[in-house]
Amino acid sequence: MSGRGAPGPRCGLLLALLLALGALPRARGVEEQSGGASQGFQVVSFKWHHVKDPYIIALWILVASLAKIGFHLSHKVTSVVPESALLIVLGLVLGGIVWAADHIASFTLTPTVFFFYLLPPIVLDAGYFMPNRLFFGNLGTILLYAVVGTVWNAATTGLSLYGVFLSGLMGDLKVGLLDFLLFGSLIAAVDPVAVLAVFEEVHVNEVLFIIVFGESLLNDAVTVVLYNVFESFVTLGGDKVTGVDCVKGIVSFFVVSLGGTLVGVVFAFLLSLVTRFTKHVRIIEPGFVFVISYLSYLTSEMLSLSAILAITFCGICCQKYVKANISEQSATTVRYTMKMLASGAETIIFMFLGISAVNPRIWKWNTAFVLLTLVFISVYRAIGVVLQTWVLNRYRMVQLEIIDQVVMSYGGLRGAVAFALVVLLDEQKVKERNLFVSTTIIVVFFTVVFQGLTIKPLVQWLKVKRSQHREPKLNEKLHGRAFDHILSAIEDISGQIGHNYLRDKWSNFDRKFLSKILMRRSAQKSRDRILNVFHELNLKDAISYVAEGERRGSLAFIRSPSTDNMVNVDFSTPRPSTVEASVSYLLRENVSAVCLDMQSLEQRRRSIRDTEDMATHHTLQQYLYKPRQEYKHLYSRHELTPNEDEKQDKEIFHRTMRKRLESFKSAKLGINQNKKAAKLYKRERAQKRRNSSIPNGKLPMESPVHNFTIKEKDPEEAPDYGAEMGGGIEFLANVTQDTTATDSPSGIDNPVFSPDEDLSTLSRVPPWLSPGETVVPSQRARVQIPCSPGNFHRLAPFRLSSKSVDSFLQADAPEEQPRTTLPESTHM
Amino acid sequence: MCHPPPAVREDESVGWSWGGQELGPDECMNGLDLVSHSQITRLYSRFTSLDKGENGTLSREDFQRIPELAINPLGDRIINAFFPEGEDQVNFRGFMRTLAHFRPIEDNEKSKDVNGPEPLNSRSNKLHFAFRLYDLDKDDKISRDELLQVLRMMVGVNISDEQLGSIADRTIQEADQDGDSAISFTEFVKVLEKVDVEQKMSIRFLH
Repeated sequence: MSGRGAPGPRCGLLLALLLALGALPRARGVEEQSGGASQGFQVVSFKWHHVKDPYIIALWILVASLAKIGFHLSHKVTSVVPESALLIVLGLVLGGIVWAADHIASFTLTPTVFFFYLLPPIVLDAGYFMPNRLFFGNLGTILLYAVVGTVWNAATTGLSLYGVFLSGLMGDLKVGLLDFLLFGSLIAAVDPVAVLAVFEEVHVNEVLFIIVFGESLLNDAVTVVLYNVFESFVTLGGDKVTGVDCVKGIVSFFVVSLGGTLVGVVFAFLLSLVTRFTKHVRIIEPGFVFVISYLSYLTSEMLSLSAILAITFCGICCQKYVKANISEQSATTVRYTMKMLASGAETIIFMFLGISAVNPRIWKWNTAFVLLTLVFISVYRAIGVVLQTWVLNRYRMVQLEIIDQVVMSYGGLRGAVAFALVVLLDEQKVKERNLFVSTTIIVVFFTVVFQGLTIKPLVQWLKVKRSQHREPKLNEKLHGRAFDHILSAIEDISGQIGHNYLRDKWSNFDRKFLSKILMRRSAQKSRDRILNVFHELNLKDAISYVAEGERRGSLAFIRSPSTDNMVNVDFSTPRPSTVEASVSYLLRENVSAVCLDMQSLEQRRRSIRDTEDMATHHTLQQYLYKPRQEYKHLYSRHELTPNEDEKQDKEIFHRTMRKRLESFKSAKLGINQNKKAAKLYKRERAQKRRNSSIPNGKLPMESPVHNFTIKEKDPEEAPDYGAEMGGGIEFLANVTQDTTATDSPSGIDNPVFSPDEDLSTLSRVPPWLSPGETVVPSQRARVQIPCSPGNFHRLAPFRLSSKSVDSFLQADAPEEQPRTTLPESTHM
Repeated sequence: MCHPPPAVREDESVGWSWGGQELGPDECMNGLDLVSHSQITRLYSRFTSLDKGENGTLSREDFQRIPELAINPLGDRIINAFFPEGEDQVNFRGFMRTLAHFRPIEDNEKSKDVNGPEPLNSRSNKLHFAFRLYDLDKDDKISRDELLQVLRMMVGVNISDEQLGSIADRTIQEADQDGDSAISFTEFVKVLEKVDVEQKMSIRFLH
């Protein structure tokens, strides 16, 4: 997309669309200007035409994103009106403005842009985050709705419209039966983009959601085939269609759907395999996910197979292995990038749907046709759902109730796919193209805006079972697994081949062969879900531990505004400490060169700054170190040689000692040895003065190492820092995301399991003491043990035994005066 | 010996028990009302095909011959669940009785029989079936050791004993309410109260 007007292969298709006639009045003026002053060397030249295309694209994206911010300023509006509807309305307004300025519809949603750039991210997102178990558990139902339901909708809508047309109600139109069927086939399909946009806000129960959503994804094959078949029939002319063509059409359905699926699966295999070997190129790891998935889409498009099916199944099949293979950071990157792309694409789609509608040239109104289309698609959808559900309920264990059927019928939203398809029609062949286009727009707007607006109240009114998010429980996971085993055993015993039997077979096959090929060895070991839940719970405990300590005021320093500065250490990957525990990890995981470079850069930059402005940087610095120190327990994955680690520790140590020395002097002797320093450390001194008022007059003094370790839950503590904080994300990813595995065996390098860490930190303290001869060791008497919530017995003793709180660090939070020191740090 | 298709009965006089039933041809389908006729026929033919000794009962070996059960981590426990305590034979009635736990709960069942004995496929009985797989010594408690055994079966060999131990501790701690470091059935039910057991412990074709 970077080609700015490059004449080559139309990489600027999007541009082309956005510009069309390129006619922002301002642009023209600019060109003239720059044309006039073309002699000699120009220091500054204004080259609008040079950047015009990408510029406009970027601007539109910005507008759409800003609009999104705008909508969410008012919670009231977004809780009632779905975002998609708001975007359409905004699009209409913007379209109106553009039209008023130009009288040409310069910006429309073209099929090329939609199918090549906007749709793939959304579908990939859907596939990659598909709840597989739920999806395959309901696959039969989904397939029936997607195939039979869509054919039914297309046929009945097309035929009924034709019937009404014959009765003469629509007046004089230049259309035949095939045109109606063509229209029916493109308007029949439930649209994944619209369904996602609306249903994500409604939160119906997961079975209902997966059925409607799955249908909208899988019906693509049917839509593509029906559309292509009828389009070629229309081109051929109604009288020349033979039975052979019809048979070909049916055959092509199987080819298109199965072929698309196969392409997706093949690329998923490829992708999983590739991610197995990306250990040394972690930085570009996430890129593979996007590029290879996109290639699957393009490949099946090239082979005229169902591209949506291909990319959906690519996402579905690869998710398990990719998530296990790529690093925690990459997984987070993939997650966020995918969500960002999908949500951005969705925003643009709906906005441009609105903008595209403002174009008098495409409007051709026929009241009967439009209204009847609306009536037919709703009625036939409802009838189709009821009929199919009646059949399905004889085979389904979880019955679909009347209420579910109502929601399913009502949730049959049409969207941009239909619009893009109808715009693709050739006016030479389909005489009433404009009528079809206008009707499709009306249908899309009606379903997205009206039904989208009303489905929430409807769901509430019908008391549809909602989905509820709840905390994972180890028991639920464990016993749930036991249930699975029990069920498959019972199926084996009773000699039935059911879901459980198939799932069991599949998971055996997966474990024996697929995982061996597609997963890293380290990931194979630790991918058990039970372990993951256990790990997550431990992390949560750690969070609540810190939170509890915070509540009690003893760990108050933990939350401080300077955590924001951790953005700076985005690239610093977890550092193994010098302790023995991490040696094995060092051996196992080679240091990634890329990361190291970043690291050293960061390091150098920091030390320069350090000398420049010691004072302002001081506090920040201390916080900057923290996260790495902290990660060493949880993810002792790669990088950073012990040397550097030590250097850093020393740095911190020296600084701390210097500071302490000063404050000690000033507090003890009452004079300022160093005026400059006094100024610089004003804040700290306020703190220190308070410290000096401690009865025994001694300053608390603890090892920074301890300080760091105790702060190790910091990023988790503030999960809302979210995206800005590299570290935060990593943690969040682990806490919230259900990755099937992590590279490091989850749970093992959790602090809980490394009590020896304790000893090593202690042993590291002495070197520290050397420069601080004059400093009197701090008092250890007052101990306020941070309270531990009762439910993590294993964490608590460990924490209490080795962590202490440096009151100097409280400089940032002077209002709190925790005096938590630890009785057993007597080595000082 | 009872032969299908016996009349499907409404007689629910035998409450749920772990198989301590008297044998009697006329009692064949006791407690299995609502299992459809064709299903009983089908399951009977499955029963006879499993019955290699052709003596109208299944032994443990008969079950163990099912290849899939050999690779099911809980296979042996589940086989044991079919056998009444102290016995090593199970007849068709016992066979059906065990399978009946996994019949889906139908809508019309939810309301009826409030006072009557609980049907075998009630939520509580489904849970009890699972609970019993853990509770080897039948003291109505899942102790740490019992949990650990099942965990060991289910999570593969890559996990250290220590880690497994802490998972077990954690699991018990999560469910334990009375502080006895074991999970009683009440606690078991409580900790799974949000789980859709009716659905997760049901097989469609058993209705």
